[in-house]
Amino acid sequence: MTKIGLEIHCQLTNLESKLFCSCKANYREFEINENICPVCMGLPGSLPRLNQEAVKKGTMIAMALNCITPEKIAFFRKNYFYPDLPKNFQITQLNLYGDTSIGGAGSITVGDKKIRITRIQLEEDPGRLIYEGSSSKNLITLVDYNRAGTPLVEIVTEPDFENPRQVRDFLNILSDLLENLGVSDPSLEGAMRADANVSIEGGKKVEIKNIGSFHDLEKAVHFEITRQESLYSRDIEIIQETRHWDDKRKITISSRSKEEELDYRYFLEGDIPWVRIDSKTQEKLKSKMPESISSKKERYISKYDIPTQVADVLSSDKFYSDLFEESYTEANAKEIANIITTDLMGLVDTREKREESKITAAHLSDLANSIQSGKISRNSAKNALYEIVKTGKDLSQVMSELDLGNVSDESELLGIIQEVVSEEPQAVEQAKSNPQTINYLVGKVMQKTKGKADPKLTLELLKKQIE
Amino acid sequence: MNLKISALEFVQEVKNGNISAEDFVAKTLERIQSVDDKLHAFLHVNEKAVDQAHEIDKKVKSGDRVGACFGMPISIKDNICIKDSKTTCASKMLENFVAPYDATVITKLKEQDAVFVGKVNLDEFAMGLTTEFSAFGPSKNPWNTEYVPGGSSGGSAVSVSAFECIASLGSDTGGSVRNPASFCSTVGYKPTYGLISRYGLISYANSIEQIGPLTRTVKDTAFMLNIISGLDSNDNTTVDNKNEDYLSEIDSGVEGKKIGIITEMIEEGTDPAVLSATKDAISKLENLGATCEEISLDMVKYSVAAYYTITATEAGSNLARYDNIRYGYDFPVEGYEFNSYIAKARRNFGPEVTRRMIIGGFVPSTGHAGKYFLKALKVKSKLTRDINEAFKKFDLLIAPTVPILPFKMGEKIDDPIALFLVDINTVTANLTGKPAISVPFTISNGLPIGIQLLADSMQDKSLLQAAHALEQTVSLPEVPI
Repeated sequence: MTKIGLEIHCQLTNLESKLFCSCKANYREFEINENICPVCMGLPGSLPRLNQEAVKKGTMIAMALNCITPEKIAFFRKNYFYPDLPKNFQITQLNLYGDTSIGGAGSITVGDKKIRITRIQLEEDPGRLIYEGSSSKNLITLVDYNRAGTPLVEIVTEPDFENPRQVRDFLNILSDLLENLGVSDPSLEGAMRADANVSIEGGKKVEIKNIGSFHDLEKAVHFEITRQESLYSRDIEIIQETRHWDDKRKITISSRSKEEELDYRYFLEGDIPWVRIDSKTQEKLKSKMPESISSKKERYISKYDIPTQVADVLSSDKFYSDLFEESYTEANAKEIANIITTDLMGLVDTREKREESKITAAHLSDLANSIQSGKISRNSAKNALYEIVKTGKDLSQVMSELDLGNVSDESELLGIIQEVVSEEPQAVEQAKSNPQTINYLVGKVMQKTKGKADPKLTLELLKKQIE
Repeated sequence: MNLKISALEFVQEVKNGNISAEDFVAKTLERIQSVDDKLHAFLHVNEKAVDQAHEIDKKVKSGDRVGACFGMPISIKDNICIKDSKTTCASKMLENFVAPYDATVITKLKEQDAVFVGKVNLDEFAMGLTTEFSAFGPSKNPWNTEYVPGGSSGGSAVSVSAFECIASLGSDTGGSVRNPASFCSTVGYKPTYGLISRYGLISYANSIEQIGPLTRTVKDTAFMLNIISGLDSNDNTTVDNKNEDYLSEIDSGVEGKKIGIITEMIEEGTDPAVLSATKDAISKLENLGATCEEISLDMVKYSVAAYYTITATEAGSNLARYDNIRYGYDFPVEGYEFNSYIAKARRNFGPEVTRRMIIGGFVPSTGHAGKYFLKALKVKSKLTRDINEAFKKFDLLIAPTVPILPFKMGEKIDDPIALFLVDINTVTANLTGKPAISVPFTISNGLPIGIQLLADSMQDKSLLQAAHALEQTVSLPEVPI
């Protein structure tokens, strides 16, 4: 049987500062080596100052993943030399003396498969290496420490996955969950990274590192299973090793480095006393946690009669569900859900588009209310939405600028209807006996008004005309 | 100008306008100029010290608010960061390191108008107890320059004892303040773990070390402690002392106090002169109304082994950052793969540091941790349990600071184990986090002997009171330099 386990690193991008100093957690907007201080540079004499917010966020993640959350947590040093690691040790967590990591023994369900979470640990990200030079002869390694000390959680799973598909589904669920919690923005480059270990029946465990994106993770796992199966079928032993994902060639390569022989000499970080997170604090955190995706979904379906598929999309995407939550009323909930999932989705399908988008909850409720009261047709609403996302103008302004308002003036509409009736005598005759045909006539009116005729009123007036 | 006055006397004299800080600091620098060739306490002298004192005098004259130190000249062990000044740890690895920030203790002293006359010598990265392991040459004992001054805060003790400053800050990981204080006849104090911020102290074994003052009198130590102690948001291990005033009630004495004599620290291996001084001290304390009784702390036998195992482990990790990539000494990187560069750059460490880092790579490693590191942690926790038990019965514990007299330079430098054992009486306070102080007690054949008192955690105030009482019973000759 194929067994796959994951180690996922997720940066707590929504925090203000780094894990042990007051440099920014959002290092991405800085020039190289501008977001640093004596602490995150590991200068002689500097000491770590634990970011208490990170502890809270980490505990919330652990709770959301149904983990055990110990009342006392400890930090450890993981000792190894690497130029991106300012202190040449990483401050991290593990369960060396009992459960001292921020979370343990949790699970999430993916489809009907339960994936067990072994452990969640709070730790610091290292810096970043930048390579310059064209050949190995003039290769220069530069180090950018802006990222060093960024808070992240490492989520370690049991080897419960059986195929790459489950891996992908799990990661999607996980990243939605983290975003919904408000702890991280998984769409930021490098905010979520993962290593995988893969073994097939009769083979040893192989670890794959250096996978840059979730998309590649699925590919890497797939490649690795195929590689191992082909070895097995040819009676070649599958050895325990660490392999690196080659991003360009999309294959895994055995890493000849001594990494796997490293002895990290873990021991307690004396500069950070044990942290107490007692049950009272935990209860408080729990009460402050945002509603879970599944509970939102349940509510959307049962309370507002929103179809399951629509509720699924709406609840799992924080951007949509935030817009929805801020805009809906009992009366227009379904309409808003509909606008978001049919029309808005196509307009804001990338991170960049979302950032540029000018739409607000007020726009959405305006739009829904106008559709419901017949001021604008669904068709015109779509055009208005496009303009609103682009410019952020009020609906009324957009409607008048683009002439999108419904023709709901009875006399104006009547004139058009009379035109249609005189142009389509055959259809009018048919409509007298077959009510279905009347829809054809409504369509004709719509054509003439470029979709702006108030459909209810049109139908009403048409019926009167024909009788 | 009398450079031999205490800190409290200095403050009073400047306050009263009898002396100026500028004159005093200028004379202090002259003194350094004239004696430090022989003693080598200083690694760098602050050329701006006189100007800084001048500025403080101006405040005194104009009636502005003046900090509690009134321009007092202080020396700082060169493993404590002062902004824009070299902080070398007496190591070639940090030969060119200029600290970009102030340690918390430095910030606090600056706020109180202290003047730093210079950075003083130590064993490289504070590893040693003779100051012979300084990469820039040893310091010498002012009582006899053929003898070691103790260590690792040797420069601090020498500078205070030879009147090259009024007070000094050292650091104490296993006795590094108390040992040289004892060897040079100054007061040397290691507070309760967490009482003084370590922010800006370059770590050797961070879980047990503390910054501590070296002064002429116990009162001066209390004065310094008032300034530098307390919670610090930059050091998560600091404890809240609620702005305790350590100087008030310093005269409370020891009447009615129960003092335990640690059996394991007066047994074989203790020099007869040291032993008799200890007995003398005990009877003096008894005369003041204390009751003294022996108490055995069995784990003391293993304390030195545990101490070296734990400190080596932490040193191996704390000193890993010195890879010369971000700061350090001049050594171009071109042509090296990083692993070989780091390995080569790190050869600039001296022999003692190298020895301890090698031990530190071994004792906590997979397959060996159980036999060494974890066992050492067990000793530490048992020792702590035992001493906590002892403090249920006793207010204070007493022992010689060092079991032997100062020895000649070069005598033990090639015998690491013999050197390690000199720490036997001091490491207990570090391993258990308890406060301890060495009080100058007598001079035997021209060499100083200090007596050590220990108290329970956060009982620093009553420790200083007892030390002050003991200090009042002795009168010591002047240093012959």
